[in-house]
Amino acid sequence: MDETSILDRLRPHVPWDRVSASEERGGAIVRVPPDALLEVLRAARDRLGLDTCADITAWDRLPREPRFEIVYILGRAGTGDRLMVRTLADGEPPRVPSATDIYRGAGFPEREVYDMFGVVFDGHPDLRRILMPDEWEGHPLRRDFSLFEEPVEFIGHTPKVPSEIIPYFPPGSPSGSGGEPPPR
Amino acid sequence: MTVVATTETLTLNMGPQHPSTHGVLRLVLELEGEVVRKCTPVMGYLHTGIEKEMETRTYHQNVTLVDRIEYLANYNEEMAFYQSVERLFGLEPPPRARYIRVLMCEMNRIASHLMYLGAGAMDLNVSSVFLYCLQDREKFLDLSEMVSGQRMMPGYFRVGGVADDLPEGFVAASRVWLDEMAGRIDEYDRLLTDNLIWRERLEGVALLSAEDAIALGGTGPVLRGSGIAHDLRKVLPYGGYEEFDFDVPVERGCDAFARYRVRMEEMRQARRIALQALDRLPDGPVIVADRKVALPPRAELARSMEAVIHQFKLVSEGMHPPAGETYVATESPRGEKGYFVVSDGSNRPVRVHVRAPSFYNLQTLPAMVEGRPLADVVVAVASIDIVLGDVDR
Repeated sequence: MDETSILDRLRPHVPWDRVSASEERGGAIVRVPPDALLEVLRAARDRLGLDTCADITAWDRLPREPRFEIVYILGRAGTGDRLMVRTLADGEPPRVPSATDIYRGAGFPEREVYDMFGVVFDGHPDLRRILMPDEWEGHPLRRDFSLFEEPVEFIGHTPKVPSEIIPYFPPGSPSGSGGEPPPR
Repeated sequence: MTVVATTETLTLNMGPQHPSTHGVLRLVLELEGEVVRKCTPVMGYLHTGIEKEMETRTYHQNVTLVDRIEYLANYNEEMAFYQSVERLFGLEPPPRARYIRVLMCEMNRIASHLMYLGAGAMDLNVSSVFLYCLQDREKFLDLSEMVSGQRMMPGYFRVGGVADDLPEGFVAASRVWLDEMAGRIDEYDRLLTDNLIWRERLEGVALLSAEDAIALGGTGPVLRGSGIAHDLRKVLPYGGYEEFDFDVPVERGCDAFARYRVRMEEMRQARRIALQALDRLPDGPVIVADRKVALPPRAELARSMEAVIHQFKLVSEGMHPPAGETYVATESPRGEKGYFVVSDGSNRPVRVHVRAPSFYNLQTLPAMVEGRPLADVVVAVASIDIVLGDVDR
């Protein structure tokens, strides 16, 4: 096993001034702008031998801009080498280049991120919804997509959504404040 | 007279209501005669929006939801979720809790593989094995009921430990089951491994090369059946697995038979780990003493006002992990089960993403069946041991 850290091994192969690398909670993380994403992924695969894309996911940073962060978790089969590559995407729809040319396994997870967040992966061969019905409107894992209860025909029933049942306690809220409705 | 060969393909929908799809998986198959030319998995029939739902609940409440994702391996699922939450807190559970978790996860692994063996054999019309396997699995469910009160969906693990200590008689009961399983696994081995029909049906079927398995994100027995020794318990140890002695079974057959052999050997190794956990089970607390994370013990509530306040705050408000994002991967019976958790420091997660092994293993299915006869599709689906709750979440 190579003793030097994975970030040191990556350094000569990517435009280091455009990325920011860090170690957080024992994991190596590289933050890259979307236009340098494919270059970093290709370097990770060809130079570091990270042959598998373990996962691709995203999260909604609302109300911050850029709004979406897409997370790639790369690994090497048979070893504990791991690298997390993160990129920010903005706009409507947010766009990032597809990693399917580099990692064939990116096909399903990119479809999932598109389905759940509406992030468009340019160059994906088959970008369709994967979990939600084809005719669904909206992207459910966005923070501004509210949960709702389907109307029922019982008399006197007030629909409740979970976010109203469980109060939200932001960090540092005073003791006994009772919480507040979540940020919309 | 000239013969004109025409190629006409037939599109066949297999599922979602089909007994061999282990739930509600739909496969759109393009057939040329008997041969599958193209296979497109269609999923989402079991999508329940668990990831969205988890954003509206506290970390404590979310254990109820994670149990329902990979419903054949509940303890492994809870282990995976809490590894991530504990990484956010920077917490380490006490030794006894770590051993109890490993014990439950490994026994659950045996039960999960029994379900694979039973259901997989059932798909191939070997129905007696199904009954034997469920009979054995039933005994694990009884053990689960002893320890957590629930046969499935136990909700037994907590952030920083487990909910309660092992009940009286549990260690002895586990030993009885594990001792019995040694003979039973050998019996299944004798029943199937040298069985000509079983071998003809599995050998050389559902082939998946190591390159395809790696590139498409296959993990767990799918990857190890293609000759890659990759087990996260070894390469990225978590939850105290580095203290246990076990081997990673690898088969080079790349076919359904290799995956079957890997799982049979994994049951033996899981039994070995569980016995080590029982032998060396340390004494001491089963959950951390941090009152911002763990509920105070029942007895303290009668004596201490502070304990009552902590109890109230934890139940009504929940815990606040420090802001940040983390991803921890664990080895579930089906492969890499990872949780990506984002916290903003409030009492509920901003984002929880489940890296579902069945989702990625399903991606390898077209590579296994394209160019092969239709009858092999059933073998391939059974050999990746799919859990649709895990695929669709």
